Amino acid sequence: MQPTDTRDPQYYHKVVDCQWACPAHTNVPEYIRLIAEGRYTESYMLNRESNVFPGILGRTCDRPCEPACRRVRVEDDPVAICRLKRVAADLRDDVQHLLPTAPPVKNGKKVALVGSGPASLTVANDLVPLGYECTIFEALPKAGGLMRTNIPAFRLPVRVLEEEIDYVLDMGVDIRYDHRIDSMKELLDSEEFDAVFVGTGAPKGKELNIPGRAEAADNIHIGIEWLEAIHFGHIDSVGERVLVIGVGNTAMDCCRSAKRLGGKDIKVMARKTRPYFKASPWELEDAEDEQVEILVNHSPQAFVVEDGRLLGMIFDLVEWHENEKGRLVSTKLDETFIHCDDVVLAIGQDNAFPWIERDIGIEFGEWDMPVVDRATFMTTREGVFVGGDAAWGPENIIWAVEHGHQAAISIHNHCNDIPVTDRLPYGMTLVSTKMGIHEWRYSNDYNPANRTPMRYEELERRLADIQVEAELGYDIPQTAREVERCLNCDIQTDFTAKLCIECDACIDICPVHCLTITENGTEEELRDRLMAPADNLEQAIFVSEDLPQTRRVMVKDEDVCVHCGLCAERCPTAAWDMMQFDLINPHAGQHTWSPAATSA
Amino acid sequence: MSYITKPVARHKGDRTNGLGLTTRDYEGSMSTLCAGCGHDSVTAALIQAFWELDVEPHRVAKLSGIGCSSKTPTYFIKEAHGFNSVHGRMPSIAAGANAANRDLLYVGISGDGDSLSIGLGQFCHAIRRNVNMLYVLENNGVYGLTKGQFSASADIGSKSKKGEVNRQGPIDPVSVALTLGATFVARSFSGDKQQLVPILEAGLEHDGFAFVDVISPCVTFNDHVGSTKSYAYTRTHMHEVVQTDFVPIRSEIRTEYAEGTVREVKMHDGSSVRLRKVDDDYDPTDRHAAIEYLGSVADQGEIATGLLYLAEAGEDLHRFSATVDQPLVSLGYEELCPGSEVLREVQKEWW
Ligand SMILES: Cc1cc2nc3c(=O)[nH]c(=O)nc-3n(C[C@H](O)[C@H](O)[C@H](O)COP(=O)(O)OP(=O)(O)OC[C@H]3O[C@@H](n4cnc5c(N)ncnc54)[C@H](O)[C@@H]3O)c2cc1C
Ligand SMILES: Cc1ncc(C[n+]2csc(CCOP(=O)(O)OP(=O)(O)O)c2C)c(N)n1
Ligand code: SF4
Ligand code: SF4
Ligand code: SF4
Ligand SMILES: [Mg+2]
Repeated sequence: MQPTDTRDPQYYHKVVDCQWACPAHTNVPEYIRLIAEGRYTESYMLNRESNVFPGILGRTCDRPCEPACRRVRVEDDPVAICRLKRVAADLRDDVQHLLPTAPPVKNGKKVALVGSGPASLTVANDLVPLGYECTIFEALPKAGGLMRTNIPAFRLPVRVLEEEIDYVLDMGVDIRYDHRIDSMKELLDSEEFDAVFVGTGAPKGKELNIPGRAEAADNIHIGIEWLEAIHFGHIDSVGERVLVIGVGNTAMDCCRSAKRLGGKDIKVMARKTRPYFKASPWELEDAEDEQVEILVNHSPQAFVVEDGRLLGMIFDLVEWHENEKGRLVSTKLDETFIHCDDVVLAIGQDNAFPWIERDIGIEFGEWDMPVVDRATFMTTREGVFVGGDAAWGPENIIWAVEHGHQAAISIHNHCNDIPVTDRLPYGMTLVSTKMGIHEWRYSNDYNPANRTPMRYEELERRLADIQVEAELGYDIPQTAREVERCLNCDIQTDFTAKLCIECDACIDICPVHCLTITENGTEEELRDRLMAPADNLEQAIFVSEDLPQTRRVMVKDEDVCVHCGLCAERCPTAAWDMMQFDLINPHAGQHTWSPAATSA
Repeated sequence: MSYITKPVARHKGDRTNGLGLTTRDYEGSMSTLCAGCGHDSVTAALIQAFWELDVEPHRVAKLSGIGCSSKTPTYFIKEAHGFNSVHGRMPSIAAGANAANRDLLYVGISGDGDSLSIGLGQFCHAIRRNVNMLYVLENNGVYGLTKGQFSASADIGSKSKKGEVNRQGPIDPVSVALTLGATFVARSFSGDKQQLVPILEAGLEHDGFAFVDVISPCVTFNDHVGSTKSYAYTRTHMHEVVQTDFVPIRSEIRTEYAEGTVREVKMHDGSSVRLRKVDDDYDPTDRHAAIEYLGSVADQGEIATGLLYLAEAGEDLHRFSATVDQPLVSLGYEELCPGSEVLREVQKEWW
């Protein structure tokens, strides 16, 4: 193999599994260390740089970082990354003076943002400090998009939501509530704006067109609309027996909301079995803790109506197996009738762009979706950008935020006559953490503790009031324990081949056998003859330059390194060093590198 | 010295041996030796050897004297028995322990100072008595623990860290062992586990005194330019005269060798050692020829390595003393010390 180029920021970035998996590349290990030091405010601000809404996300993030966490490969459970984020948000001091502000003199450029979900808010967050005048058009009377209208208050208190939305709006965003944009053509023709960003989400709940749908309409609710109605107080009760159709995260919010609106017997009806459920494992757990029943292999067939009132639903009882093409197909075993008073449909969301004319240069493609560039977020019409759920269908908040950051870079380029494809690559800084002979600037002692369980509000109290937050967050002792589980994956084992005397000390000490000195070879063959086989192909192996004494190479399997630093402690020549890697993830307005940074 | 303990985290793909243990189950406490010390690598090689041989940790007794090398028994198999004795006295402790309990696997760790200066007499007599043990001499040419004075194995002309030149001739432990009749004599290098591990395995299986001289650089006091026991010097002057493969009982022999190049020696438990000649005119089973050949290699300024001499173990300490097969420790007090009546009866013979 060729020697690994560790000066390419993406090499070490990939070692920081959580940061790599986070769409916004939040610097997780550093924010966890700041929490460990009690520096909650700094931890919050570091989070905010990448993810804009730490308080909201610390409660609701989809957490793509957690399944990626290295800890999963060493033991079973990931570090509670998301819950620690909430600790930073909950315990921070006033941050008002640390927030970005709009310059007194504007740059003369105007940007229209359609919708006020996390995608649009992020664009505003990035552009207002650069002097842009941002105008948000929001169809509803309040800002926040689905974060506000669909994530129930028992998961995300309105106070937390509003505080972080206001951090953005209060910089001086011009937001027009109750202002639905009905014609993109008109908006563009007004020539009021230098750029338009579409952050309108995927606002249409999917229908279930089976017999009885029209007759029972009064008691059949579309999940996302129903949650919105609850948020705005238009709905405050539900029948005793409720069936929720679908088993994604929306279904979980619906069934748990129903529990709080007076529903007694709540059933979530799934067509398939547990391994196919779309809901996150923790949301399923929470719902089941609240005594919601989940029935599998029930395929809805009809609504049964008597005297104009919904009586219940008929389901096929099915069994699933793979056909020759490897596709799952069902066989009907039986049929069943289940009584209910209300049904909530939570089977997905669709995009809808009836308000964008098809003859104004914005090309639409498959599924009647606008054609959007994956890197620049620009449509086929210059100056019109799309991000968040509106771009490629429903995702989550953190993706919407990252789309917002990237679109902001494009908008900034567009307004400055720089090609939108002209983007600063990732950069990094790499600084030794050595403090003394065997002392480092991070806690390198491995803590074998298991994941810290969450504390919950007492069941009775939380079901009595939809505003009561279910999770209580970690207390200080829990936090102190959980932070030590982080393996500091950003503290990189950095190797200088010319210093190595091939004494084997690092090889011998490594607890997880991830180092080997051996003859070079092809990657496939090398992976096989290391101290322990490197069979996780998702993870890179590092190969050094030739070693001075024997011309062999140092090989490191990045897979299960626990960043304990013992290789560097046992190395007599400091050929290994533990260096803190800091990814520089350029945002709008950044055009050059700081002198300390290395770019790709 | 590291302040943290070694993480308990393990690689999920770590292989297990016949006892279901991984190499990590053969570790001891964290080393307090200097980072990069050759002795730590010898420890790692021992761990590997014990693991590969499926040795039950409680069946091992680790013995040592004084020196950095003599500290190392603490760093492997924490469940084993151990005795860290006085400077140079490891051999007599080993002999005593072995006399009392012949059922354990004895491994003595010593240094060039421990074995060739203060303990030279002890070393010689352990060979002469043929104490059934693996004797590892971690040879760095200096007294590491007392800050790097030349030891008795330092070569003429070798320079100390401050530039002082050694003028007294070295004692070569391999020659000593060969002349005194040891039946297993090897030399290896801490920086070459491929060679060292099979030699240690064969030594553990040898049914008598097995001696392994391991060049094990002192990274702090004897790894500079001008030293003849540094990593770089050893690497460039090592001369492997015979290659050793150890074939445990269970495994089948897969490697094919050219006719006449391999000599297979059966060990008492059914395992075997395969000696592959590298030098055509070297015979690792001819003691006198070996002494002569190794002398000529040394004259050329090279360090001969490999399992240099191997023969039937012959009579050991227990045969000489005509002890019973059963370990003495397992005999009852009455049997061991039958009382003055019986003693008087025995003594009558000489009255
Ligand atoms: C029930 C439910 C629970 C969820 N829970 C989570 C969770 O826990 N964690 C998570 O990460 N994600 C969750 N999501 C997904 C997440 O909320 C969305 O992915 C995210 O909000 C998308 O952000 P966005 O900015 O693209 O658009 P949205 O948040 O959808 O905001 C779009 C905004 O645009 C407005 N709008 C639409 N059309 C127009 C128009 N023509 N003119 C003016 N305004 C318009 C809408 O009123 C809305 O305010 C959940 C989604 C649902 C449905
Ligand atoms: C009776 C006695 N004499 C002298 C010493 C001092 N002393 C301690 S270690 C040592 C030499 C150790 O050298 P070596 O055996 O080569 O071990 P190394 O540290 O080099 O591994 C000496 C002379 C002692 N501890 N006890
Ligand atoms: S930091 Fe070094 S010793 Fe520790 S696990 Fe990683 S490679 Fe091994
Ligand atoms: S400890 Fe240092 S000098 Fe020794 S082999 Fe490892 S990298 Fe090389
Ligand atoms: S002084 Fe020398 S022999 Fe002793 S631990 Fe340090 S390097 Fe090893
Ligand atoms: Mg010594």
